[in-house]
Amino acid sequence: MRYQVLVRLKEGVLDVQGKAIENGLRDRKFESISNVRVGKVIELDVSGLAPLEAKLQVDEVCRSLLANPVIEQCEVREVS
Amino acid sequence: MRVAVVVFPGTNCDHDALYVLGTQLRSEVYPVWHRSQDLQNPDLVVLPGGFSFGDYLRTGALAKLSPAMTAVRKFADRGGQVLGICNGFQILCEAEMLPGALLENVGRQFLSRFVHVRVSSNKSFFTTGLTEGSVITCPIAHFQGNYFADAPTLSELEKQGQIVFRYCSAQGEVDPTDRSSNVNGSLNAIAGICNQEGNVVGLMPHPERATEALIGAVGGTTGMAPFARLVSTVG
Repeated sequence: MRYQVLVRLKEGVLDVQGKAIENGLRDRKFESISNVRVGKVIELDVSGLAPLEAKLQVDEVCRSLLANPVIEQCEVREVS
Repeated sequence: MRVAVVVFPGTNCDHDALYVLGTQLRSEVYPVWHRSQDLQNPDLVVLPGGFSFGDYLRTGALAKLSPAMTAVRKFADRGGQVLGICNGFQILCEAEMLPGALLENVGRQFLSRFVHVRVSSNKSFFTTGLTEGSVITCPIAHFQGNYFADAPTLSELEKQGQIVFRYCSAQGEVDPTDRSSNVNGSLNAIAGICNQEGNVVGLMPHPERATEALIGAVGGTTGMAPFARLVSTVG
């Protein structure tokens, strides 16, 4: 099973990359664009586990490594 | 004093720590490769600065998984003294041995310059015996030094005296909104903290790079004070 993990900074945590992109867009006159937030996508395969177990394992690695719960939130999607 | 300096792939300040504690202060210092779980019975463990694992994923995130960190955690749980400088601080936060996290600097620039930091608490093993309010001038060299913790954690740190260093002006004034002193935008101008017990300390600035008059002309040798006091106490 292949999973896609979306890691994003939590609401309220300053996203300086997002801000820089936003400022750049403003310079190029894209003034209607705001609230830019940058995250990352991590894709991984899990094999040999039942679907429920596999999902639990991905959730666990999200908490323990892929995201830092102090500043980030994680979203897990199954992809084919 | 026996000092273990843990070396990860990408660590680049190990020799700075070995130099100040070994060559200058005559402690027994030795590097420990991150694959080893044997810290060789140290009095102090230093997690030096650098870019462990190329800062992949997040700064310090992969280093926390190294076997040496299992040993460092055990050592700290027994009351052992652990000092994390720069990337070492980031690793300690990732390993949840210290609260909070280090975000990218507010100005989105890698900052390599001298800063002034004020000793805000002498509750930690690294600042015991130092005068609160005294100022250390030393370099910083980081991209992720912007200290962040949620509001309850922050107020707990303040209440328990766990904020050991704050960025300040040359005169020692702290103003978190002042970008010329609090250069990376850290909450409450935090440059370094300790755990509740005071035996685990992390800081972004590099006092170990301000211990030699020959190379520390800008800041003098004020970075020597905490190391010298530590070595003189432990012997």
